Formats: sequence, structure tokens, C-alpha cells
Amino acid sequence: MLDLDMSPYGVFVWSSWAISAVALTAISLRALVAARRWKRELTRLEEARK
Amino acid sequence: MFGLANPDRFMRFTRPLTPVLWGLAVVLLAVGTWLSFTAPADYQQGDTVRIMFIHVPAATLGLGAYAALGVSSFFALVFRHPLADAAARAAALPGAVLTGLALITGALWGQPMWGTWWVWDARLTSVLVLFLFYLGYMALRASIDDEAKAGRAAAVLGLVGLINLPIVKFSVDWWNTLHQPASLLRAGGTSLDPAYLAPLLTMMAAYGLLFGAVWLTSIRTEVRRRRVLSLRARAAQEA
Repeated sequence: MLDLDMSPYGVFVWSSWAISAVALTAISLRALVAARRWKRELTRLEEARK
Repeated sequence: MFGLANPDRFMRFTRPLTPVLWGLAVVLLAVGTWLSFTAPADYQQGDTVRIMFIHVPAATLGLGAYAALGVSSFFALVFRHPLADAAARAAALPGAVLTGLALITGALWGQPMWGTWWVWDARLTSVLVLFLFYLGYMALRASIDDEAKAGRAAAVLGLVGLINLPIVKFSVDWWNTLHQPASLLRAGGTSLDPAYLAPLLTMMAAYGLLFGAVWLTSIRTEVRRRRVLSLRARAAQEA
């Protein structure tokens, strides 16, 4: 059964989940953005050497 | 296994694996979140039991990531293999974030249940030390300009930090702690009710897959970054 209020502990539960969601999203995005950036740069340099 | 130590082979092997890990992690995170919020409130903890579904995976993966960092550091030091060094470096940030999350979510659970955000008991303190090892590892790498020297110095620190892992794991058995002893991985089987086992195991699998996806992606990025630096250096020599 879904109970989104969770009184009297809602603030603790929601804070924990929100902080975790933000942190996990941040490290995921950072990894993906860096992957894209260095892949593009490597492709550019390899093509320039051809 | 050792064949994968070749960076080209590693890149070929992990290319199809990485998107699969990302996809599975997202699906399991969604399923685990649903299971976590539809599980019944605990008769003692109430709704704070839902914090456990993210606290325990974060703590477990924080330890696991350090084990990956330490073992990679060992191979980087002994065999001087650049891929092992890249693996150690790539494990540091996600490991630090997961350990930080374990500390924060633990405090958010501790305040309503124990009546305090923090106590200097052996488990909490040893996890804080683990977090400081991560920060020290990243700070040391960042403080030395020569990447090879930075890698070796950080690898030594990474290896030293391995000593802390059994202390974290067994602190609740060796000392009298406020933190409860293991309830999932313990002799005699789990003490968890099946209603909580399903969300917890699903979230642990999801966190594991997400860490795997971030780690593999970051290792692949590190391999590419080093190739870029090498190509730039070669171009500068030729100019």
C-alpha cells in the first residue's frame, strides 16, 4: 500500500531518498558527459592524424 | 581474465556491456523504488524502514567500491598496468559518493530511531574513516602533476585503506556498538521479513548495476583521455 505522507517520519524518509536521487543522478550524468566529451575529442584527433 | 588487461580488448569487450548495465540499473531502480514504497511500515521503525532500502545498498557498495579500488591499486603497483590504475581512479568518486550517502541516510535514520544524528561508535566511525580514505585518495591524485607518480602514490594509499574494510564489516561484532549487527549476510541466514527482503535485494542489485555502469563508463573514458593526452603529446613533438 502506497502511503506518501509517512507521518511523523516523512521529512527523514523523503530527504534520504531525494539526496540519494540527486547524488546518483549527478555521478551518472558526470560519467556520461565525460564519456561523450573524451570520445568526441579522441575521434577528432584520430581523424586529424589521417 | 588477464586478456582484458589489454586496453583495446577491454574497450571492445565492454562496449556492448556498458549500455546493458545502464539499462538494467534504471529498470531495477524503478522496480526497487516501487517495492520500497509499497512495503508495509515496520512495527518498530515505522516508515523509516524505507531509508534502509537505500542506506544498506549505499553502505555495501561504498565498501565494494573501495575493494575494487584497493585491488586495482595492487595490480597497478605490482604490474604497473595503466588499465588497473584507470580502474582504481574510476572507482574513487562513485565510491566516495556512495559512502557519503550511507553516512547521510544513516544520520537521517538515526535521528528519529536513536534520537541522535551521530555517535562515535565503531561502525559509524570506521565508515567515516572509509569516506576520508576516498577523499584522501582523490586529493592525493589531484595534488601531484605527474600522473604516473600521482597514480603510484595514490595506489599506496588505496592499498593501506584496504585494512579498514574488515574493520568496517566486523566492527559490530568486535565492539559494543549502537549500530545493529548484520541482519542480511550473517551466519544462520537473514533475519529480515520477506516483505523487506524483496525491496532491499532489488535495490542492492540496482545500486550494484549502477555502480558497475558508472565504473565501466569511467574506465572507458579514462582510457580515451589517456589516448588523447598521448596523441596531443605526439602532435606537440612533431610540430
